[in-house]
Amino acid sequence: MQLKPYARTLAIALSLAFVAGCSSTGGGQDGDLTGGAGGTDRGGVSTGGVDGRGVSGDRAGQMADADGRIPETRTIYFEYDSDAIRNEFEPVLTAHARFLRNNPNASVVLQGHTDERGTREYNLALGERRAGAVERYLNVQGVSPSQVEVVSYGEERPAARGQNEQAYAQNRRVVFAY
Amino acid sequence: MNVLKTTWLAAMLMLFTSLAQAADLTIEITRGNERATPIAIVPFVDGEDLPQDIAQIVSDDLERSGYFEPLERRAMFERPASSDEVRYGDWRALDVRYLVAGRISREGDQYRIRYDLVDISGERRMLAETVTAGRQGLRDAAHYISDQIFEAITDIRGAFSTRIAYVTSSGIGGDTQYALHVSDADGRNSQQILSSDEPIMSPAWAPDGGKLAYVSFETERPAIYIQDLSSGRRVRATSFEGLNSAPTWSPDGRRLAMALSKDGQPEIYVMDIGSRDVRRVTNNSSIDTEPAWSPDGRSLLFTSDRSGGPQIYRLALGSGEEERLTFTGDYNARARFAPDGEAIFLIHRGSNGYQVARQDLESGRLVALSDTGQAESPSVAPNGTMVIFATQQGGNGVLGGVSADGRASFRLPAAQGDVREPAWSPFLN
Repeated sequence: MQLKPYARTLAIALSLAFVAGCSSTGGGQDGDLTGGAGGTDRGGVSTGGVDGRGVSGDRAGQMADADGRIPETRTIYFEYDSDAIRNEFEPVLTAHARFLRNNPNASVVLQGHTDERGTREYNLALGERRAGAVERYLNVQGVSPSQVEVVSYGEERPAARGQNEQAYAQNRRVVFAY
Repeated sequence: MNVLKTTWLAAMLMLFTSLAQAADLTIEITRGNERATPIAIVPFVDGEDLPQDIAQIVSDDLERSGYFEPLERRAMFERPASSDEVRYGDWRALDVRYLVAGRISREGDQYRIRYDLVDISGERRMLAETVTAGRQGLRDAAHYISDQIFEAITDIRGAFSTRIAYVTSSGIGGDTQYALHVSDADGRNSQQILSSDEPIMSPAWAPDGGKLAYVSFETERPAIYIQDLSSGRRVRATSFEGLNSAPTWSPDGRRLAMALSKDGQPEIYVMDIGSRDVRRVTNNSSIDTEPAWSPDGRSLLFTSDRSGGPQIYRLALGSGEEERLTFTGDYNARARFAPDGEAIFLIHRGSNGYQVARQDLESGRLVALSDTGQAESPSVAPNGTMVIFATQQGGNGVLGGVSADGRASFRLPAAQGDVREPAWSPFLN
């Protein structure tokens, strides 16, 4: 799930090399997928994504030497139907806040996730609310809003499979993706 | 008429034969309807081994609808090939109300399917027709025949010649692969139209049946795309900051309703597809998502947790007036209108978990339809007789179907992986 920076760069390089394999539309009589359609030009899409991620990955790597490492714990968990930060995870958030304050060029994507119960699109909104609670916590601790972005995955990227509380508890989470 | 039919079959064939085949879903009837009408679909007489058993496809279609209970073949002591050969007394003795008989002949690479629908108690022929199809069009021809029989008996337009879109996933964590598929309404002839290693969500049919809107995370951010099914071409319709989710088409096909969080928490917006202008139509500090258009295009259903938990609201687009519709239980979400606008289908959490439910708008009465506890994503057939939804079976996501009255149900499991988010197409013919 959480790739190390170099692994992530490698993954990006691979996805650049195999852009079509990364996300491909079938369906065309002749597979004219990228079409002329401006918004969906795959080259444009992956270039944009690569720039952003590559830069933050590299910088994070450099800063690990100068200003300390990205905190080890990058996932925090939530109670059912709740976006409240549990006491036990406050030190984790504090550590990330300190890292981000000390490294104003670093940026993080807060990935919000829910368990699978309930409807998918409503869960997407709940995942955003969870990640948003973490974002506000970081902002209160002095992290610049420009360093933090929220992306909700709802129930679409479970960490654990299964219809039981153990799996659900592992899936109700926010991941710090640097 | 016959020419039109043939042209339509040919057109559908051209549309889909060029696409790559993927693993089909297979229907399993899980609950029959004890009030279903007994009907005999006699195996069609043909001169050679056909690649498709037309009578069996028709029989499966009619059974799946919950309106009919087809007679088992081993109970058929006679095999008439046309209405002239039907001995009414013999079939009355078997309590059969209607009978379908047919004969298939081949002319070059075309098959001529001639069938009769017979009313056993009235001792009369109700329908006689000849349908022509190529080898690849035989399943479409069978679904067409099912549509004609269904309408002749029930007075309701058949929806067997429709399609469903659905999302699959396989693997876990970073290795998960997602794909978007389109298949026949019975799960066969499935075609993969998009694959990605990032999530795909919320497929929604354009009212003309030729395009799908959906959400893809392929840029590692959610964005709404519109893909043309015949060419495979697509455009990115929205990629605002935050959520870009839950697209649904207006009945006139000119607008998309969607949930965006670009201005804070998720709100409902309406996009003019031509100009790409978006207009915000809800405004409060809660989650508003999962919009759905009324059949007349004048109002939207949506899910909001402004009361504390998710409930269904209706927004009148002209006046901006909002009205809460659901009051039974503390979780009601992702509603869709019945085609006549008189009821809504939704996910309701009751004592049995998350179930598909129907709420009559006049009386406000809510009735649970599905018996499984993990239902999601209800989607209504264009004739309003069935609802398809996602559920769980043996730890895997499968599609389920239930008749609008809850009496009959079926499952559509895939060979492997998870299947979810079914979207039933509009009428295509």
